[in-house]
Amino acid sequence: MTNASEVLVRQSELEPGRAIKMGTFAPRRLNHLSALESESIHILREAAAEFARPVMLYSIGKDSSVMLRLAQKAFFPGRIPFPLLHVDTSYKFPEMIEFRDSYPRQIGAELIVHKNQEALDAGANPYSLGTQKCCGLLKTKSLLDALAEGGFDAAFGGARRDEEKSRAKERIYSFRDSLGQWDPKNQRPELWNIFNSRLNKGESIRVFPLSNWTELDVWLYIHAEQIPIVPLYFARERDVVFRNGSIVVIDSPAQLLPGEKTQRLKCRMRSLGCVPCTGAIRSDADTVPQIIAEMVSFRRSERENRAIDHDEEGSMELKKREGYF
Amino acid sequence: MISSAQNTAYEGFSAFLERNMNTDLLRFTTAGSVDDGKSTLIGRLLHDSKAVYEDQLASVKKSRINRSTGPVDFSLLTDGLRAEREQGITIDVAYRYFATPRRKFIIADTPGHEQYTRNMATGASTADVAVILIDGTKGLLPQTRRHAFIASLLGISNVLAAVNKMDLAEYREDAFHKLQDDFLVLAAQLGIASVQCIPISALEGDNVVDRSRRMPWYHGPTLLEHLETVPLPERDSLQSFRFPVQTVIRPDATFRGFAGRIASGAIHPGDPLVALPSGRRTRVRSIVTYDGELPQASSSMSVTLQLDEEIDLSRGDMLVSPGRLPKVSRKFHASVVWLHGTPLELGRTYLVKHTARQTKIRALRIRHRVNVNTLAEEPATRLELNEIGSVDFETHVPLFFDPYSSNRTMGSFILIDSATNATVGAGMIQESVAAVQLAEEPEDEFAASGRPAIPVAPEERYARHGHFPGVVLLEGRAALAERLERFLFDLGLEVLHLSRSEFFGDAFVETIRVARTAGVIILYSGGALSRETKDRIALEFDNRFLDAAGAPELLFDEEQAVRHVQAFARSLRFVDERSKIQQNVN
Repeated sequence: MTNASEVLVRQSELEPGRAIKMGTFAPRRLNHLSALESESIHILREAAAEFARPVMLYSIGKDSSVMLRLAQKAFFPGRIPFPLLHVDTSYKFPEMIEFRDSYPRQIGAELIVHKNQEALDAGANPYSLGTQKCCGLLKTKSLLDALAEGGFDAAFGGARRDEEKSRAKERIYSFRDSLGQWDPKNQRPELWNIFNSRLNKGESIRVFPLSNWTELDVWLYIHAEQIPIVPLYFARERDVVFRNGSIVVIDSPAQLLPGEKTQRLKCRMRSLGCVPCTGAIRSDADTVPQIIAEMVSFRRSERENRAIDHDEEGSMELKKREGYF
Repeated sequence: MISSAQNTAYEGFSAFLERNMNTDLLRFTTAGSVDDGKSTLIGRLLHDSKAVYEDQLASVKKSRINRSTGPVDFSLLTDGLRAEREQGITIDVAYRYFATPRRKFIIADTPGHEQYTRNMATGASTADVAVILIDGTKGLLPQTRRHAFIASLLGISNVLAAVNKMDLAEYREDAFHKLQDDFLVLAAQLGIASVQCIPISALEGDNVVDRSRRMPWYHGPTLLEHLETVPLPERDSLQSFRFPVQTVIRPDATFRGFAGRIASGAIHPGDPLVALPSGRRTRVRSIVTYDGELPQASSSMSVTLQLDEEIDLSRGDMLVSPGRLPKVSRKFHASVVWLHGTPLELGRTYLVKHTARQTKIRALRIRHRVNVNTLAEEPATRLELNEIGSVDFETHVPLFFDPYSSNRTMGSFILIDSATNATVGAGMIQESVAAVQLAEEPEDEFAASGRPAIPVAPEERYARHGHFPGVVLLEGRAALAERLERFLFDLGLEVLHLSRSEFFGDAFVETIRVARTAGVIILYSGGALSRETKDRIALEFDNRFLDAAGAPELLFDEEQAVRHVQAFARSLRFVDERSKIQQNVN
């Protein structure tokens, strides 16, 4: 299932890859996908040229997959001139880990995997800590540690401004102080496509090449470019339980809470996170075009199934101030 | 929902997909004052065009805050930060996204009250269209003038004046026409080419997405219809090819490509090019992309160019078509928006980033400051936060530019404070300053500031040059030294070639001691020096010293020598050792 070429076959309907190829054209304004692609490549090249040690945050999700393809394009025929970093909470879906361990290698990218082993050894888990604290330890702290350990002064992230309200005000080059924190009221003005990459020691910049992409753009691009993605995005019959209004996919009986019983349901993931905190949606969409069709008819935002965004009003903003992506 | 069994629906979807992958992208900015109802308008636009998801709407509906008079406060959809929700204000530029079957839109939503100039300039810098909100019950206010001026300053030729709160103006035709007439006069004054005025009520939804039945006298497009159909600026008036080199792609010995985003014009394999600053001529061999080689590439595409001849090019250099070259100059005149609390100071050294080039810059003269409320030009000796001025600049190394009015990328730059790293200014180049005019400039402008005389320390010189002094010994190789001198000079380094063979022993050491204090990099091509002299030089220069005699291969391979000396020059860099970006050396 996780074999990338199999994923490719599943997507090969509707003559994908045709619409945005830049083969022959009259000089005119680029269509929106080509314009977004070109802007993102520009950003990737600027940051790679200007920072001493950039790294790309690789979350294995669809946005990371698009960002990775854009990086391949930006430096073609050269290799991607920076490593990928996956912050592994150890609560990711097995399909994600399988994909992570095969696809980047297949395209010749270097991958670093980082875990907050100390917190895991101390038994950090979302059930007893709650999502806020668990995320703080296994994602935010782990990320900041990994960046410090690697001496990275810039980190690419796949975040988009359309995802959540506080992200709408994030710069493409998002400055972080020496503690990795974001100060939304004190951001550097960003005009045209001219980016200020100047840093003092210990400071860093998060670079968001997909800032101007929407969820629909990401899916259209995955379709047009036939980009391999984790099979969890495609609908199939899975064992699930209904927990606090979410559909939780169950991979092993150990994940069941007392009194829970699994049932079979055709479903898929709309965004990928940790097993306990990412809900599935009922769906029949098992190809990319069908996912797009389903999305267009969607009336709910993609982060709705993410527990962390909903613990408290403005909780994403609080996370980001502390250093979360 | 579509399943594979529903074939007809599926074919319809195929057309949908095709159409969605080929829509245009329109970027617009919105400007309005606190009470003009801008957030409400954007909330309404997102809601009525169905870009708002149910869960987002539900969270607004259940919010404790409702500052509107209606059941749903649409402005809450856009206020992202806690302080904004609590204080009912918008703090920063926010970007919003929505799509219709005809176009994709990016909105740069800029707050009207706080830091309005800075934020509006930011939003306008990437916009094709500016939407300016006018309160239909109040008439043209100073801020309308301000917003229109900033839009025109940032080169926006399409302005949509949304006359809002028509519900409070009882949907009266004469109220709208009065405002429309006033706005058209203002737009003409500012030279805005294309203007559309639309009477709306953001609160009630009149003429935003759906046509209003309460204003039958209005026959023009609704706000969304206009945004969907307004012709996008065809192209910049500049047609000549401009390609700032972002980075060099060199995966192995067989491939060397120059990566960048085309700022202007179009290119085909075989086209002649001129490289700047060297002035060397070459041709395009191929246009390389991940998706294959292209027969042509044009403005705003990111590509990689392979050239016919191996020429030395690096980040910050530029490839241009030979017909009409950009201006190559260290001096130019620009409109500047000041973005920072510490004012622009004449004579102070800042960093400038223009295309992929970064160097040092200082302001020589402020021709005038513009009063954004009256548009009057006033004398000024500095620019404060949110002020706009017309300024003459001088850079350390030449920039290659075209006027902002002919091409945004080629004419725009940002100013950075080298001490705090803050982005402090944004500039739009008007023209290069005529040499004659600059010759008349009083030279003592900086001396006149009345500062007490503090001796200039060597470190201050190094900081200004951006590098430490150093010595390169190229005994007997005058031609090579000359070439390297030109090369390093063009990179913006303080460099001096000493060739005369009468320098020997103590005289030579004394000479270069002076050079060290002055912060200069010496290229020596005179007669052979003794071991002892070399040791003294090395000591004098803290081992910032390169002796080609110790690496004889350099003397036979000029390309290698250039690379070697470049690496040496890089090691002399004075500031910010961690960052790879070179102020001048690259």
